[in-house]
Amino acid sequence: MAINSILSVKDLTISFNTFEGEVNAVRGVTFDLKEGETLALVGESGSGKSVSTKAITQLLPQRHTTISKGEIWYHDHDLLKKSSKEMKKIRGKDIAMIFQDPMTSLNPTLTVGRQIAEPLIEHRGMTKQAAKVEAIALMRKVGIVAAEQRFHQYPHQFSGGMRQRVMIAIALACHPKILIADEPTTALDVTIQAQIIDLLKELQAEFATSTIFITHDLGVVANIADRVAVMYAGKIVEIGTVDEIFYNPKHPYTWGLLASMPTMKMDNDDLYTIPGSPPNLLNVPTGDPFSSRNMYALEIDFQEEPPMFKVSETHYAATWLLHPDAPSIEVPEEIKRRNEQFVSILAAKGADSDE
Amino acid sequence: MGKYIVKRILITIPVLLMVTVFCFIIVNLAPGDPTDLYISENATEQQIAQMRSSLGIDQPFPIQYFKWLLNLVQGNLGFSFASRLPVIDVLPTKIIATVTLMASTLLVSYLLAIPLGIISARKQNGFVDNLITGVSFLGISIPNFFFGLALIYIFALQLGVLPTGGMETLGGSGGLVDRMQHLILPTIVLAAFYCSNMIRYVRASMIDIFAENYMRTATAKGLKETLILWGHGVRNAWVPIITVISTDIPKMLGGAIVTEQIFQWPGIGQWMISAINARDYPVLMAINLVAAVSVLVFNLLADLLYAAVDPRIRY
Repeated sequence: MAINSILSVKDLTISFNTFEGEVNAVRGVTFDLKEGETLALVGESGSGKSVSTKAITQLLPQRHTTISKGEIWYHDHDLLKKSSKEMKKIRGKDIAMIFQDPMTSLNPTLTVGRQIAEPLIEHRGMTKQAAKVEAIALMRKVGIVAAEQRFHQYPHQFSGGMRQRVMIAIALACHPKILIADEPTTALDVTIQAQIIDLLKELQAEFATSTIFITHDLGVVANIADRVAVMYAGKIVEIGTVDEIFYNPKHPYTWGLLASMPTMKMDNDDLYTIPGSPPNLLNVPTGDPFSSRNMYALEIDFQEEPPMFKVSETHYAATWLLHPDAPSIEVPEEIKRRNEQFVSILAAKGADSDE
Repeated sequence: MGKYIVKRILITIPVLLMVTVFCFIIVNLAPGDPTDLYISENATEQQIAQMRSSLGIDQPFPIQYFKWLLNLVQGNLGFSFASRLPVIDVLPTKIIATVTLMASTLLVSYLLAIPLGIISARKQNGFVDNLITGVSFLGISIPNFFFGLALIYIFALQLGVLPTGGMETLGGSGGLVDRMQHLILPTIVLAAFYCSNMIRYVRASMIDIFAENYMRTATAKGLKETLILWGHGVRNAWVPIITVISTDIPKMLGGAIVTEQIFQWPGIGQWMISAINARDYPVLMAINLVAAVSVLVFNLLADLLYAAVDPRIRY
């Protein structure tokens, strides 16, 4: 079952030039986005999720950013080699973005309607009138009632959730092939979050848009993603299907993330936290940057960064624990429990495909 | 909106009254007496008293003030002590002279400053930005008496291409070209300040705007750069720009005192200096009134314009 990749990011390496020195924000990120799927990028703040995706549409501040290595293939083009003029034709049309903060992402001095109509006029060559009709249809589609009236209103007349719906309408206006949603629900309250996630899922199915979904909320990931890439210190440390990441995780960092996720079944009050804090990417430590926070760290973790080890066709993890010579270790209780569920999930999947 | 305008205009009345009261007190408290200037040193007590009564300054302050106010309501600004002409007859010619200079100064300033400020912000900390910021710093700092005299020396005395001062060539045939030539130097001197000042405001607000999330959204939509800049960026800079304009205009209407003096420009600024020297109270009061009214009017206009450029502002 080989689904074509619509986007391939290869060995992407990005650094920022700051007063303090060179910050290695993204250190060799490689992933594929397959047609129609949702890939979740998860990780702590500063792990390079946002930066990696902003590089795709060349939205990083040019003057302070160095993309020293890597390729980003979309169809037969390397997006990193596109001029800003060529990129303009791709942004908003082929690759659209939704951002974290709907309160500030809309222009306060322009009507909401005009902001939705703009990409239609720019990329689909619509007249003002046609764009207005289409924009109102889009507003209805994202669940804005009384769209005709609200077309003429300004962002300050919309609530946060409604503004994010407007952002979604703008992003989907040109039926993009790829949607990059950068923490689209982080700034919203919980009930609104669920509505927005449902809306995104629904529209994604309808428009057949491939999505990169950036979040640090694992609950959201389980709900929306097909595959998950876990990022740490500017690298992908584990990538796999949702089931593989949630029920058969291999990287101790993923274990930590899953263990620190509150569940309804929790019987004790203490929520697990990963000790320490992410490394300073001004001076990336030698070895595995996670080693100092990793209770399962081996000696080699402090000397050499682990390569990606293959777990299955779809599942890779960068931890020395997967090396044939690695000692066997006692997996945390939480992960053991998850592994048991994985067996039954696999069995159910197997039964499905037999039918 | 209509209600708001009426309310604002009603508020201006007590403010104006207060301004005139304070002006009247200050003008009268200033040392010197008009009679010193208009009568010979050998005048008798009786002659002086006669003079004082004919100028109306023999009466107590409050009565003088209310007389002035009563005249004002009737559209009479009194008679100039120095020229004996009705102030209301002279005032328009002075205002026209100052407004001419103001219009050319502000037009030149803003037409230059808005694009330069935007360029400066876009190239923040680059060579072009440093050049623009550096020159505008010079423009704000250079004293206008020095800059004015330097320009007169170079262009009028050395090169002989432009007149040294005045509004038109005395005894000449006048005409638009002649007037324009007289405008050039004072406009440059004044624009050096007003343009530089505006550049700094435009640059600062555009730098803030370029960092806004909605600008990123506009870029992510794949819009053309000109549309992003003017349709999304500059739109949000109008509020600070209007604020600067609405303080620049009254500042200039109050008279560009030093510059008008240097270039012998027969406007309000020059008139004010001669009125101060002549203890010409009615003229001073009239100029103060013009300045105060223009501050209030342009503040109100600015507030109304804010609502026009920013949909979040409603009255």
